[in-house]
Amino acid sequence: MNNLIKGEKHDWEMVIGLEIHAQVKSNSKLFSSSSTKFGSSPNSQVSLVDAAMPGMLPVINKYCVEQAVKTGVGLNAKINNYSVFDRKNYFYADLPQGYQISQYKYPIVGEGKVTIDFKDGTSKDIRIVRLHLEQDAGKSLHDQNPSKTYVDLNRSGVALMEIVSEPDIRTPDEAGMFISKIRSILMYLDTCDGNMQEGSLRADVNISVRKPGDEYGTRCEIKNLNSIKFIKQAINYEAKRQIEILESGGSIEQNTMLFNTSTGKTRPMRNKEEAHDYRYFPDPDLLPLEISEEEIGKIKLSIPELPDELKYKFIETYKMSNYDASVLTADKQTSDYFNDAINSDAELKNHSKIVVNWITSELFSLLNKNNLELNNSPVSPENLGQLVKLISTNEISGKIAKDVLEDMFTSGKTARQIVDEKGLKQVSDQGEIEKVIDEVIAENPKMVEQYLGGKDKLLGFFVGQAMKLTKGKANPKILNDILRQKLNKKN
Amino acid sequence: MSNSSLKQALKDLDTKKISIRELNQDYLKRIKEKENLNIFIHFSEENVLKQIDNLEKDNSTKKLKGIPIAIKDLFCTKSMPTTAASKILENFNPTYESFVTQKLLDEGSIFVGKTNLDEFAMGSATNTSFFGNTINPLSKENEPLAPGGSSGGSAAAVAADLCLGATGTDTGGSIRQPASFCGIVGIKPTYGLCSRWGIAAFASSLDQAGIFSHNVEDASILLQSIAGFDKRDSTSAKIDIPNYFENLDDDLNGKTVGIPKEYSIDGTPLEISQIWEDAIKVLEKKGVKIKNISLPHTKYALPTYYIIAPAEASSNLARYDGVKYGFRSEEIDSLDEMYENTRAQGFGREVKRRILIGTYVLSAGYYDAYYLKAQKVRKLIADDFNKAFKECDFIVTPTAPSAAFPLNEKQNDPIKMYLNDVFTVPASLAGLPGISIPFGKDKNNLPLGIQILGKHFDEQAVLNAALSLERSYE
Repeated sequence: MNNLIKGEKHDWEMVIGLEIHAQVKSNSKLFSSSSTKFGSSPNSQVSLVDAAMPGMLPVINKYCVEQAVKTGVGLNAKINNYSVFDRKNYFYADLPQGYQISQYKYPIVGEGKVTIDFKDGTSKDIRIVRLHLEQDAGKSLHDQNPSKTYVDLNRSGVALMEIVSEPDIRTPDEAGMFISKIRSILMYLDTCDGNMQEGSLRADVNISVRKPGDEYGTRCEIKNLNSIKFIKQAINYEAKRQIEILESGGSIEQNTMLFNTSTGKTRPMRNKEEAHDYRYFPDPDLLPLEISEEEIGKIKLSIPELPDELKYKFIETYKMSNYDASVLTADKQTSDYFNDAINSDAELKNHSKIVVNWITSELFSLLNKNNLELNNSPVSPENLGQLVKLISTNEISGKIAKDVLEDMFTSGKTARQIVDEKGLKQVSDQGEIEKVIDEVIAENPKMVEQYLGGKDKLLGFFVGQAMKLTKGKANPKILNDILRQKLNKKN
Repeated sequence: MSNSSLKQALKDLDTKKISIRELNQDYLKRIKEKENLNIFIHFSEENVLKQIDNLEKDNSTKKLKGIPIAIKDLFCTKSMPTTAASKILENFNPTYESFVTQKLLDEGSIFVGKTNLDEFAMGSATNTSFFGNTINPLSKENEPLAPGGSSGGSAAAVAADLCLGATGTDTGGSIRQPASFCGIVGIKPTYGLCSRWGIAAFASSLDQAGIFSHNVEDASILLQSIAGFDKRDSTSAKIDIPNYFENLDDDLNGKTVGIPKEYSIDGTPLEISQIWEDAIKVLEKKGVKIKNISLPHTKYALPTYYIIAPAEASSNLARYDGVKYGFRSEEIDSLDEMYENTRAQGFGREVKRRILIGTYVLSAGYYDAYYLKAQKVRKLIADDFNKAFKECDFIVTPTAPSAAFPLNEKQNDPIKMYLNDVFTVPASLAGLPGISIPFGKDKNNLPLGIQILGKHFDEQAVLNAALSLERSYE
């Protein structure tokens, strides 16, 4: 794959690293017992601790720690037995303590890696630097009043996992695949709901450009992107901006950028004079976090099958391609659906390719058209399995099957019901098909002549005519065979 | 000044020699008489009477039922405002009760009021309070003396006999030094013995609640009441609290006292050295083995403390920003201006000085040289004590380098003021329990204090030694 961008003067390569902020799936916050429910009325989920009242102290939520450890395991990462919570000091209206409790020098999870799979069958490892736990801030609402800012502290203190990658990413597509893969792992583990729209998963993108083979260039960080589409757009814009500066002889200033989703452009968030000195130091209100190997072992036992394990299992069991398997396992819903479908009938095991295709192309496009998620699909995995069975046993043709699936989708009926009711069963009876072919040959003598004169393409015309007469139910293979035989006999 | 004691009052209440109302009215009367000493930030007679009414209706037995207690105004209380002696918390009314004060309420004590302190407990003379100086009750007319600090109001309240005990907090000596200045008993327990929950934070790794009382027995009764594990404070210790009072034992025969040579500091007044020697002699007579010990890193304790405490304070006080509660400046044109003006107008000089020091020592490029180094030295200081305690059961030193000084003497010299903590700070950094008891007088007949330090969570040894010295002194 060519990952380079053409510049005016020469080619450029992007160097990209991601910091992903994933909200820990937990009923209560990282250091308080307040609820984390999304969309509640402002300031209805704020404890004395979250509001930083005088004398209030944080107490670690053990469940959030377990979730972070689980995630670390899912990222093939080292779990640190000893980690420390630090204070990151800065002032902002929605940061009640005047500092964010985070982990700086000693994160709970160390180095790991995740694999992304390309369509061409190749894959690539993206290294993970670390994962640490931290609190979210509240929310400043600037649009409620022309001269005032309101503060909603519901989110204040909610647990986040910050997952930092090495700058191993080279294209916007890889960035998208990487975040999709992380999202997939988090959702399999049930440690984050993965909802990017609600902000449960957002990313900061670090990007620089260089001539291939050169040292890393100066990077800029684009903050707080909450969709894969925006991540790609922002990277593309920012890379172009940097290349333009460099090619016109300028140099890149390290900066923090914001991405404007309506203009598709990045702009600097603050200038150098305003750069923060966060004055990190260990939070004296909290003891260092110590996790024993035994506890880690216990957590590991609770971990479900992860996408990569499942992928290899699919490849092994169903002789599927790496890419097909990675598409199927990208999303737990999809792999569950596939599992249920293929296990609904023992014989389907030999037709896994058809099952995959019917899920990932036909069913997905219907779901897309109707704005539905797979878990709300009107077609159950068992019914889809039944449909594939009808195809694989030649009871219906692929073409008819498309109509049947659409019918299943809207009526909720099973494939069998529809095929029976509408009499769509494929005609494989030799005699019946011969009769139809004879009719077609008799009615089109001129065409037969032309065919025999060398116009081979006309075979399709005869097939079409015969299909018309059988309302598409004729077994195409048998139809083709008999037609050829009969026409050749005329010769 | 009366010689009242909490233990005696409990007995008198129990035998109906006196009623809760009579007892407290006596104290209310004196509180009103001593208003000029500016001991209380908040005092409401009505509130005290209401508490008496409620207790009279309450038939249950409670350990401290009816006992008048003064509360340092750093503890958050539901029934009274909490200011930390700062303008920035003027009119702040907590909706919650601190762990320590809740325990005292549960045992039936009566809160007579909230006592004055140095703003956010930063000071050694109770002269940085937004609500003005507190005057040491031992002052002669026309010569007002400082009560010490930061818990000067609580120490003065006990010394003036306005209550039978008071809560304090000690970060670098804020209980022991004012106890010494006011001629009373003050104990700072081991870090972690009492929950910090509900105490406005100064320096989280050092702050510890403790007790002022008229005598050692009373201190042991009150300490028992406020100690205990609290799951809301991650640094609170999960240990069984002994019955300090029941276990009191003034027989020190066979024990070993450590005398650290580093606490003989040039320039210490002769009287201070004298009472120290006297105390050692008394102990020797009681069959205590005298052991000269060395705490070699003592001289670094003060600078270490004045890095760590301000560093934590600079972060702990960031929450006072005018956004959520407390004072907010009226002159606001932007968020930055709101912070600047609120904090410029809301904090006093000493608090601002420490926030600046703390911000500096944590800032990029200075962190390693100051904060990190201070943490390393802190560890060495703690190790000194650990080593020493292998050879002795407790350590005896003077509490402060002087008796109470005139009110305005060190006002403009922060360094001189910081030197007040020279004997108290090392134990704070090591998290050890310490008590100050009155022992001797200076040439002006002002009380001087002896400090007894013990091993972690060995408050009993500290109290026993204190009791023994107290009895020999009386």
